[in-house]
Amino acid sequence: MSGDYGAVALLIVVAIGLSIPVGRYIALVFMGRPTWFDRVVGPLEGFILRLSGVDATRGQDWRQYATSLLVSNAVMWLAALAIFTAQGHLPFNPDAIAGMEPTLAFNTASSFTTNTNLQHYSGETGLSLLSQMVVVTFLQFMTAATGMAAAMAVMRGLAGDRLTTLGNFHVDLVRAAVRVLLPMSLVIALVLLGQGTPMTFDGAVSASTLEGGEQRIARGVVASMVAIKQLGTNGGGYFGANSAHPFENPTALSNAVESISILLLPMATIWALGHVVRRRRVAVMVFAVMLALYLPLLAVAVTQEAGGHPAMPQLGVDQSAGAMEGKEVRMGSVLTAFWAVSTTATSNGSVNGMLDSLTPLGGLAAMAGLWLNCIFGGVGVGFVNMFVFIVIAVFVAGMMIGRTPEFLGKRVEAKEMKLASLALLWHPLAILVGTAIASWTWSATAQPGDTLAWLRNPGPHGFSEMLYEFSSAAANNGSGFEGLGDNTPFWNITTGVVMVLSRYVPIVAPLALAGSLAAKPTVPDSAGTLQAGSLTFGVMLWAVVVVLGLLMFLPVAVLGPIAEFLALPTGS
Amino acid sequence: MMRAQLRLAVRLALVTMLLFGGAYHLVVWAAAVIIFPRQAEGSLLRRVDGTVIGSRLIGQSFSRQGYFHPRPSAVAFDAASSAGSNYGPSHPDHRRAVEARLAAFVSLEGVDPRDVPSEMLTASGAGLDPHISPAGALVQTARVASARGLPLERVRQLVRIHIEHPLFGVGRPVVNVLELNLALDAADAREP
Repeated sequence: MSGDYGAVALLIVVAIGLSIPVGRYIALVFMGRPTWFDRVVGPLEGFILRLSGVDATRGQDWRQYATSLLVSNAVMWLAALAIFTAQGHLPFNPDAIAGMEPTLAFNTASSFTTNTNLQHYSGETGLSLLSQMVVVTFLQFMTAATGMAAAMAVMRGLAGDRLTTLGNFHVDLVRAAVRVLLPMSLVIALVLLGQGTPMTFDGAVSASTLEGGEQRIARGVVASMVAIKQLGTNGGGYFGANSAHPFENPTALSNAVESISILLLPMATIWALGHVVRRRRVAVMVFAVMLALYLPLLAVAVTQEAGGHPAMPQLGVDQSAGAMEGKEVRMGSVLTAFWAVSTTATSNGSVNGMLDSLTPLGGLAAMAGLWLNCIFGGVGVGFVNMFVFIVIAVFVAGMMIGRTPEFLGKRVEAKEMKLASLALLWHPLAILVGTAIASWTWSATAQPGDTLAWLRNPGPHGFSEMLYEFSSAAANNGSGFEGLGDNTPFWNITTGVVMVLSRYVPIVAPLALAGSLAAKPTVPDSAGTLQAGSLTFGVMLWAVVVVLGLLMFLPVAVLGPIAEFLALPTGS
Repeated sequence: MMRAQLRLAVRLALVTMLLFGGAYHLVVWAAAVIIFPRQAEGSLLRRVDGTVIGSRLIGQSFSRQGYFHPRPSAVAFDAASSAGSNYGPSHPDHRRAVEARLAAFVSLEGVDPRDVPSEMLTASGAGLDPHISPAGALVQTARVASARGLPLERVRQLVRIHIEHPLFGVGRPVVNVLELNLALDAADAREP
């Protein structure tokens, strides 16, 4: 087990080490500076822009930028909806999979357009090869690129002095996809192929097993999709079991590469911030605060899962390998806990073990990542969420010392505070109101004799299943306590709406905020200026995130995972 | 203004859909077929006559005395629908299932309950786990050896050579159940 702790430490160090040069590369790409890679991807980028008719020289103010983002995403959403519904009649459908029912198609299209990748279907039986390729994989590229573009626009706003434009959305979108996501996905796909992830346009294959049984083995274009799924904080798996499935994640090495891919771009975005705003110390501070939020959650999850199921020793069951229900032997309990916290902290949402079967506090650590939703965070968007917390922290700090709040030389005034509050409050509102409505609907519609209805688990854990679903939808994460029977019109429609609002409110409000800050003159630093890169402000920011997180989510945490933890019989 | 935006968005979506939804897959597929053809088709294992036994990466069900048994599966090793049990730790059925599996395992293998590794009593995440731990294999050797009439040490030796260690210790040592059972059949054929 101690070797597993060393493995986790090693993976985190490698992820941080890789994120620094990647962050620098991202910054160069978005500042339009030359990179060593231009000769390879430059022509491809120019080709796409010309073919699409994008005028790369046109700058956009925040309104135009946001409009382009929304219109472009709306078009992709419609295309997804159409293909999901019609997939039964379209080509590339070797396993003869039928079209999606309308509410499921609505949910799935919303899910992949918002980079959430919540899946109320199972890949083996729910999507044709065509849908997996031209909708799911396509959106996994474009939505990650959308998030990165939004983050870069916000950063430019912070760096600007009386700036009226934030960049060009279409150019940023194509840059992110072609220059950042595509080359890295190709590399990861090759590694996965070598480890055994399939890549075939054929459908399932029939095997007659050693004992003479029949086994149908689902296959498909798995390697190409899993690469971008991990890299783009998407998380939507090719198969129902996601990266717990041996085809999606065949070996310990593929698991290491996929684990690092979860963290890489979310971490790199923070280093890119330091380059774009030309303040390395601010990036170090933000990164340190995120790490100081991530590591305690990781410690809780890892020790809980390694500690095993609390009630098992009573039955005489050895727990020296940790809690193994829902986990795979090649990863074991510790690396599964590490993945669970990384995937929820960063808004990825892929899993390499079933989260519903985590120990109560291990599951709580995963949920806390969804609630805070600002630790590294989905490609780009994690920084945008942390930016909202920064504005709040700056405001609180300003109030404490009685000065006009400033961040990076920009005055934070009433208008900015209103936008930040809107972005901040939407998240708990969606989760808490959604869970409340679901709980009420559950109790109002429960049939006598069917005490569980759409829940898999009784008691507080059943409540956690509903709470997790809305937390995941609102955080645009996509992982689930999969025992929840979520393919019903109620869950498809409610979580579909939450995913859409939870994606675009926290993108548009910070864009407006950045637009407003960009237009202001930069105030030169003075002795009384709040030092955004200082340790003091870092501690302040950490405390603001933790206190607000506790205020918003402690009550539901007590009702769900903490109640389950206290109720479990323990001892030997 | 809005019409121009819309036209641009549609054209961009079409072009990028062809590139990232089509060409990207083709490039990876071409690389797969050239460099990793066996992995690309799913690491399939075939008999001499070409029929497929299964995939070395996908667990399959074993219940005969002469074979090593895999972990419990929530989907009965249906490789066209992967899933875990999704039992939360407090679910009473989870506790019952583990108790029943422990009793069955102990009576089948004739071992002490404390020597049963927990993965043999719990359903895996995908329901298709091809692996068990080295301890999970060694604890079954006595039963397998006696069912096959092979020397115990020969079977233990087979298990030991099938232990795969992860690179740099990032992961857990595993034994692939299907490969181990294929090796058993081969050993049987050599020692009639």
